[in-house]
Amino acid sequence: MIRFIILQNRQGKTRLAKYYVPLEESEKHKVEYEVHRLVVNRDPKFTNFVEFRNHKVIYRRYAGLFFSLCVDITDNELAYLESIHLFVEILDHFFSNVCELDLVFNFHKVYLILDEFILAGELQETSKKAIIERMGELEKQE
Amino acid sequence: MNPFSAGTRLRDMIRAIRACKTAAEERAVVRKECASIRAAISEDDPDYRHRNLAKLMFIHMLGYPTHFGQMECLKLIASPGFPEKRIGYLGLMLLLDERQEVLMLVTNSIKQDLNQTNQYIVGLALCALGNICSAEMARDLAPEVERLLQFRDPNVRKKAALCTIRIIKKVPDLAENFINPAAALLKEKHHGVLLTGVQLCTEICKVSTEALEHLRKKCIIGLVKVLRDLTNSPYAPEYDISGIADPFLHIRLLRLFHVLGQGDADASDTMSDILAQVATKTETNKNAGNAILYECVATILSVEDNSGLRVLAVNILGRFLSSRDNNIRYVALNMLMRAIALDSQAVQRHRATILECVKDPDASIRKRALELVYLLVNESNVKPLTKELVDYLEVSDPEFKGDLTAKICSIVEKFSPEKIWYIDQMVKVLSQAGNYVKDEVWHALIIVITNAPNLHGYTVRALYKAVQTAGGQETLVRVAVWCIGEYGEMLVGNSGMLDVEERINVTEADAVDVIETGIRCHSSDLTTRAMCLIALLKLSSRYPSCTKRINDIILQQKGSLVLELQQRAIEFNSIIERHEKIRSALVERMPVLDEATYSGRRAGSMPAAVSTSQGALPKMPNGVAKPASAALVDLLDLSSDADQAPSSSGGDYLQDLLGVDLSPASQGINQTEKRGADVLLDLLSIGAPPAQSSSSMLDMLSSGQDNKSALGMFDNLASPSAPSAQASSPVASSSMMDLLDGFGPSPSVPVAETNGPTYPSIVAFESSSLKITYKFSKEPENPQTTIIEAEFVNKSPDIYSNFVFQAAVPKFLQLHMDPASGNTLPASGNGSITQKLRVSNSQHGKKYLVMRMRISYKANDKDVLEEGQVNNFPRGL
Repeated sequence: MIRFIILQNRQGKTRLAKYYVPLEESEKHKVEYEVHRLVVNRDPKFTNFVEFRNHKVIYRRYAGLFFSLCVDITDNELAYLESIHLFVEILDHFFSNVCELDLVFNFHKVYLILDEFILAGELQETSKKAIIERMGELEKQE
Repeated sequence: MNPFSAGTRLRDMIRAIRACKTAAEERAVVRKECASIRAAISEDDPDYRHRNLAKLMFIHMLGYPTHFGQMECLKLIASPGFPEKRIGYLGLMLLLDERQEVLMLVTNSIKQDLNQTNQYIVGLALCALGNICSAEMARDLAPEVERLLQFRDPNVRKKAALCTIRIIKKVPDLAENFINPAAALLKEKHHGVLLTGVQLCTEICKVSTEALEHLRKKCIIGLVKVLRDLTNSPYAPEYDISGIADPFLHIRLLRLFHVLGQGDADASDTMSDILAQVATKTETNKNAGNAILYECVATILSVEDNSGLRVLAVNILGRFLSSRDNNIRYVALNMLMRAIALDSQAVQRHRATILECVKDPDASIRKRALELVYLLVNESNVKPLTKELVDYLEVSDPEFKGDLTAKICSIVEKFSPEKIWYIDQMVKVLSQAGNYVKDEVWHALIIVITNAPNLHGYTVRALYKAVQTAGGQETLVRVAVWCIGEYGEMLVGNSGMLDVEERINVTEADAVDVIETGIRCHSSDLTTRAMCLIALLKLSSRYPSCTKRINDIILQQKGSLVLELQQRAIEFNSIIERHEKIRSALVERMPVLDEATYSGRRAGSMPAAVSTSQGALPKMPNGVAKPASAALVDLLDLSSDADQAPSSSGGDYLQDLLGVDLSPASQGINQTEKRGADVLLDLLSIGAPPAQSSSSMLDMLSSGQDNKSALGMFDNLASPSAPSAQASSPVASSSMMDLLDGFGPSPSVPVAETNGPTYPSIVAFESSSLKITYKFSKEPENPQTTIIEAEFVNKSPDIYSNFVFQAAVPKFLQLHMDPASGNTLPASGNGSITQKLRVSNSQHGKKYLVMRMRISYKANDKDVLEEGQVNNFPRGL
């Protein structure tokens, strides 16, 4: 199960944080700080997996943003690495060549996309096309 | 438009915040925004509620507190329109979580939304429920969700499935209701619903055994078909990732097989074909394929035994290991650790590749590989494996050296086939990475050396050679110095040569050179230098021709600023110059240290190592004698041992020392041979809390000699010229204290009781004219305070008048004296004076009592002053 998903830039500013386990505000800040520290200093040659408390963090860097996913110890790391990539592709398609600024100004839409992709800590839909279509339908409702 | 009014658009606010140059500016902007939002909330303005909540969410993401917005979420959720509901639910998920009470208020709104016909609204509600519902909400809304599992729209069905996962995690009892609907989902065609259905079934099986049985019986065949169709399916553009159709679904199905097959042979049989097919047919050049293979291997390794599949799995892992992608190798190493438990033969075949991974530049891979190698070692492959590891030790990174050294030492210790190989390997390790070797390890090495008498010559020569090239490794120097000290004559005389050795020419001067370098070297620490000193003492006996030179070296340390070295230097110098007769007996060969008991001690139990020593007991140099402790010195002066109970063996000396009537309070002594050993045990551990004794033991061993520290103990007794040293002494002196305190309590006191509430009395001071006895008691509530009743007895035939007793204690103690019972002391013990003292120990448990005394009285019209020091307070005061 996915415990949380965090998007941070290299300075440590959180652009997106979604938690699927309950945490206090202060704990959340602490977690974000620690994950950032873990991930930002790693050599690109190293593996994309780090141990974090009793779980694992699977991360990948896209331009200036770190996408970090915290999962249980028994989960399949390679699969989650793929899912991070899928999410980035969806964002890229939706925003047409997404950049960090898009994510800042349209954060509520990013959350919407995320909620179509992951729910209750598990993958919900694996088709990029399906998710983009759904987002289109939702926009029409507004 | 007025900036920072409720009407500000979200985009403008974000721009304004980003334009701030400093944190203070940003805080000001945020504060103004929050103020206007709060104003809008209190006015209950419906128009901009939507926008305000969006702004509030952004502010929350920046890290500012936003509790005042929680009720707004509820109001928005209750609104009829989709946009408001959407923002409301989003805010709900961001600003609240299941632990908050406010969440309960939403239950009704969610219920209504779940019953709507608009599938988008139902979707919103399911999403919120699935992400943050609490156990009560789960229970309330479970029936709705169950119904929705069969909703006409697939999007709703898949959200309902995931929502159900959360519900059964929160309320496992409800799982039974969902078994049938969940199984029905497995027949879906829509990938999204199928995926979520599979995940739901996996979760249900973990929670409910009934579900597990049901699914095993009914659904496995169907699932196998699904996976087969998926694997064989043609190109599907919608789900294609790197040429594989929907790898996520593959992986989830394999995970479900894992759960279903584990522990059930029939189920495992049914799925073995498809597992083999997946394992062999999947493409491995892209991450997606590797992810599927990885999951497949994990499943194979956990279902019931099918050796063909297992071999397949381990081979896949072997292929992974040779991949260039670090992620793949990491994952393979992880899985191999699991595989080794099941089939270590298969894993052994890949030993070479794993060894390569130990040398990888990536630190996490190296660590995993090293752990795996450690699990792979057995008696047959220990030699080549260790050779590889030791060779690598030379070139490894400093951060890694510590781990590597520890593992090598552990492997060598556990699996070494013969002693000589063990010693060889350890010498190599010490030469490469001596500084990373832990203390227990080189202690163990010394123990093994002493236990291999036929290898003594070989060992000392090997160490001598090693030290010539790798003198910078401190631990190597220590071990070498100890061996040269012990077996010096074998080094020079080339005795005990083995077939594989070459003759080397080492003179006595060369050997002393090595030790001198050890002392002189700037980087040597206290332990090394102390060990060098004692080695020099041994050599002065074994190499008589070098005595003068050795004495000079020792003399140089006399002025050392470190107390331990100064003390040793003075003592040893004294032995060399004035006590030649007993010197050789003093530094006889160390007895064999008992390995079994040593390893028992390492586990924290009694130090029996020294109990087996027999000729190594110190015959005390009667160095400086101080009248105040004359009685004790008498005791220690072995020339007068005729006064003690008759004894013949060395063991009895210590026995006498402990058992003699040092104080009238000590019990009668009935020493037997066995007693000697027991008493020896007591000597070393008596009066000390167990942790203290083992650490003092370790220190004794690490200073290399038990005879040395015993030596130090006694000599220190004879020259109590540095009382402050007692209080804050280096470890050797505290071990001295341990030993001394053995004098106080009688040897019949078993070790465990020394911390009991009653403390035996001691003779604090005894001279030819006066004797002072201390009796102890403690107040029950106040363990730090001891009440001492001092009794003064006049041993001379004269009467003492104007008898005044004064005492001084170190700073951590507080002393309070009551007036004495009198100040005239009748002669010849016909009466006594008593005085009560109260001592409070602020470092109770860490430091022990000491006291200096000054007694003045008038006898025969002469003023007499006597001074002394009390070191033999019982432990625990």
